[in-house]
Amino acid sequence: MELLEKAKAGNKPSIARLISIVEEGTPESAAVLREIYLETGGARLIGVTGPPGSGKSTLTDKLVKACRNKGKTVGVIAVDPTSPFTGGAILGDRIRMSGIALDEGVFIRSMGTRGSLGGVSKATHNAIKVLDYAGFDYIFIETVGVGQSEIDIVKTADSVIVVSVPGLGDDVQASKAGILEIGDIFVVNKSDRDGAERVVIELAQMLDLNPNKDIGWKPPIIKTVASRGDGVDELNDKVNEHYDYLLESDEITERRKIRLANEVMEVLMKHAETYVHSRLEEEEFTSKKLDKILSRELNPYDVVDEILEKTFK
Amino acid sequence: MAKKVRILVAKPGLDGHDRGAKVVARAFRDAGYEVIYTGLRQSAEQITTAAIQEDVDVVAMSLLSGAHATLMPRVIKMLKEQGAGDKLVIGGGVIPEEDIPELKAAGVAEVFTPGTPLKTIIEYVNSKF
Ligand SMILES: Nc1nc2c(ncn2[C@@H]2O[C@H](COP(=O)(O)OP(=O)(O)O)[C@@H](O)[C@H]2O)c(=O)[nH]1
Ligand SMILES: [Mg+2]
Repeated sequence: MELLEKAKAGNKPSIARLISIVEEGTPESAAVLREIYLETGGARLIGVTGPPGSGKSTLTDKLVKACRNKGKTVGVIAVDPTSPFTGGAILGDRIRMSGIALDEGVFIRSMGTRGSLGGVSKATHNAIKVLDYAGFDYIFIETVGVGQSEIDIVKTADSVIVVSVPGLGDDVQASKAGILEIGDIFVVNKSDRDGAERVVIELAQMLDLNPNKDIGWKPPIIKTVASRGDGVDELNDKVNEHYDYLLESDEITERRKIRLANEVMEVLMKHAETYVHSRLEEEEFTSKKLDKILSRELNPYDVVDEILEKTFK
Repeated sequence: MAKKVRILVAKPGLDGHDRGAKVVARAFRDAGYEVIYTGLRQSAEQITTAAIQEDVDVVAMSLLSGAHATLMPRVIKMLKEQGAGDKLVIGGGVIPEEDIPELKAAGVAEVFTPGTPLKTIIEYVNSKF
């Protein structure tokens, strides 16, 4: 496939096109993923998550610059919610990434969540694979830390940065939706505002409740003012420290294995679903049996057993 | 699933506000498009780079100053040079009637002057996909 060769050679329009293909999930997409898979796995994945407006894009812009200063190439995937009503989206993350937008060694891609829940994480993982295949050393993934699917995306990164800000209410936002559990590094951004110290203390207290807190990596809490670049060096050091820890403890293998297990499972479930559907249609199985379930001659559980037996025998 | 149409809404030039561009961005979102919004004061290079990396189908530029005459053709030229000349490029803003033929000759598919209903712009883009 010519597109693949060009993408491998760093041709931007080809990389962009491939991402569109795998994001759409067309039959062509499966072929592309099959083709590139063995040549992925070289990139370091860094997830950045937190509430809307907390400064994730601004921080990413600065962190990417730090990577570039070391001569590394960087891909960025920024995921923003799609409107459930219209299916449309405004993807505005590039606004805060103007510092890296024209850098030849950086590739930024915005993605909408496009409705379907599990679909988001699959599309994102596929896009990551394209950037990985294209040879980017680092891949940053920015998601809004609200829904389960967004958490599913970032938690598969090698390092996860959870961003909080002062003034968003009484509770630390990170305590919601299981975000506390997935953070490797906690950032309290907008520390130029009142209340930053309180957020730090609350975070520290909550992390202290973790029964495993004395085992392995101890997630640091770092105050930043992303818009001015304050604290970004320290954050960058911590990201590197975390990576060193992952390598030394070999936790990276463990993490990547979990990620793969999830991936294999996801693909398997998807294919099994498609297969079962096609078999059911073929045999007009459901409509006949449904009548019998309706009249209480059969129960759904026996029917399902029968379907499984027939489809997978 | 129909392919999602992606559109870059850019506000090039130095003039200070992007209200018009934001209104256009929202209208496209509400019409089901995926809108990449890049903010104020975008250079031709920034617009081209964003259009390529985001693999948009449409590039919409909204201008208030007189920069349109050079900027839009520059973007089109750069897109072509970089192997992404297949995008629909449209423009809007205060553009004198007499400049429009030249812009179209340079590859701008359509130009919408102030007062054009949003519906007209969206229907135009809809008709292309
Ligand atoms: N006061 C203050 N504003 C910031 C800081 N970091 C980012 N911002 C601003 O917060 C707004 C949202 O930032 P953005 O990076 O887009 O947040 P995101 O939605 O989490 O990606 C922008 O206007 C930024 O300029 C900070 O440390 N302090
Ligand atoms: Mg953002």
